[in-house]
Amino acid sequence: MSTLQRLCHAPLAFGRLLSRGGTTGWIGFALLLAIIFMAVFARWIAPHDPIEQNIANRLMPPSSEFLLGTDSYGRDVLSRIIYGARISLLVGISSIVIAMIFGTVVGMLSGYIGGRFDQLVMAVVDVMLSFPSLLLGLMVAAVMGASIENLIIAIAVTEFAPFVRLARAPTLAIKEKEFIEAGRALGFGHARLMVVHILPNMVSDILIMGSLWMATAIRTEASLSFIGLGVRPPTATWGGMIREGFENILDAWWLALFPSLAVFATVLALNLLGDALRDAIDPKQRRS
Amino acid sequence: MTQETIAPPGQGLAPVLDIHNLRTELLIDGQWRAVVRNVSLTIHRNETLALVGESGSGKSMTALSVLKLLPTKISRIGAGQILFEGKDLASLSERDLRRIRGNRIAMIFQEPMTSLNPTMRVGEQISEAIRAHKNVSRADARLQAEQLLQQVGIPSARLRLEDYPHQFSGGMRQRVMIAMAIACRPALLLADEPTTALDVTIQAQVLAVLAKLKSTYGMSMVFITHNLGVVALIADRVAVMYAGEIVEIAAVGDLYSEPMHPYTAALLDAMPRVDRTEDVQPIPGSVPALTDIPSGCAYAARCPLKQPCCEKDHPELLPIDGTNQRFVRCFVRSAK
Repeated sequence: MSTLQRLCHAPLAFGRLLSRGGTTGWIGFALLLAIIFMAVFARWIAPHDPIEQNIANRLMPPSSEFLLGTDSYGRDVLSRIIYGARISLLVGISSIVIAMIFGTVVGMLSGYIGGRFDQLVMAVVDVMLSFPSLLLGLMVAAVMGASIENLIIAIAVTEFAPFVRLARAPTLAIKEKEFIEAGRALGFGHARLMVVHILPNMVSDILIMGSLWMATAIRTEASLSFIGLGVRPPTATWGGMIREGFENILDAWWLALFPSLAVFATVLALNLLGDALRDAIDPKQRRS
Repeated sequence: MTQETIAPPGQGLAPVLDIHNLRTELLIDGQWRAVVRNVSLTIHRNETLALVGESGSGKSMTALSVLKLLPTKISRIGAGQILFEGKDLASLSERDLRRIRGNRIAMIFQEPMTSLNPTMRVGEQISEAIRAHKNVSRADARLQAEQLLQQVGIPSARLRLEDYPHQFSGGMRQRVMIAMAIACRPALLLADEPTTALDVTIQAQVLAVLAKLKSTYGMSMVFITHNLGVVALIADRVAVMYAGEIVEIAAVGDLYSEPMHPYTAALLDAMPRVDRTEDVQPIPGSVPALTDIPSGCAYAARCPLKQPCCEKDHPELLPIDGTNQRFVRCFVRSAK
């Protein structure tokens, strides 16, 4: 089978897998696709400019003109939520990808090399895990200053440790398997053994964990933006919008509610998808 | 079996593998203990040497020492040389060893069920073994993989390349392992109990495949087993190991007709046979612990021929009948 053929088979295989996880997986997947679609085509979907201020329209409740109302600068909440999806997804995806890559590499090396190195890595990981992720993110963001790159790095740091753990455990188990010894007897180098023979055994676990932790990353991003350590205004972010709305919560309920629902929907979608994939791949955790 | 068709081992030529006084040590409770002691072996071109002995006699450790596949932190080669193609493998760097493993010396293992990567198609695994050492294209490697599968007797090889290891039976998987091992036409194949996990009919098939490949490529083979029945089928010479030492080396026919070392004799008596009416005789006692190797003959405690000197002095592996063909490590027998 050629690589191209295999690529064409991949979506089919994914669909079959998702079906095994039940309908909730499809709901999560559809919801996530809708949010991604919204983020990608924000320019054409959003009815208004997300940044342009118009004092005449300030704090308007939801109406046919402004479906989800306007904020204290007269900006359309719906448009800001649509553009905010970009920041949330960008931060969520890139921080998780960074955490996933570095965590997997460090975890595999730790498990494969073992000994003192493994002990050291595990000690550092335990310390990192003992901090609540929000606190750790807060520290990193506060030290490095608020910008979107720093936010991504801060969140990646908070989610690095679980991936190290996740990659290390199967590495420890697999490196003792006979086929690794057989590979050594065939003259394979350590890098080849790790990438070709150990990594594929855990890739599905890591991707599932990735989708579950992406929800946490998006939540952390919203939390950090909420306390003002995220992306600077006037850029629209869900966390930032919730904070601004929080100040006017009694007069203008729509300001905090709708961005909160957006965060909620995204986190829900990712969790449904991740759970369904986990159930589909791990028959032990599947409910009968 | 096919003994007649195999060319006689090239005795006069330089040996393929020449092990000199190999000593392999394991770290046990903070102390280095020898599991392989003063092992010297030569394997000639197109020769099959069987290494037999009980579990824990050091036969696998000897084979693993040759490729330095021992666990690095708890084991080491304490002394000795392993000469292969003009190089001493015992002192070679990991990098140079990697060029030899799978390429010039290959190894197959006992457990065919777990010796293949479950996440990779069989065809890819064989191709990988080829491409690790030879600069060939993917398509060529694939073609070679198909030929290799045919050679080891797997029907409809082209289709089976696409299968995963779990779609193969134990015997078929061992054939795949053999295909991977011979992919680069090694000069030497180390077979560590390759048929132990297989049932008897499959065992015979796998042995036939190995014997055929050996005569086709003029490959030498070290065949590790505790099954003396298998030895009779495949080996040219036999080295019997006990407690990390070689106690007897003999041509396979001589060993069966006239075992010299009392341990060899006891091993043969412990083997069930139809042509004998007496009961199978188990060997009394057990192998001495690694931490408690006696200073005299290691077998003395279990030996029916024991003399006072056996417990004091350590016997050497000495040639008997002056031909340099038979060696035995026994005071009583070599004195005769």
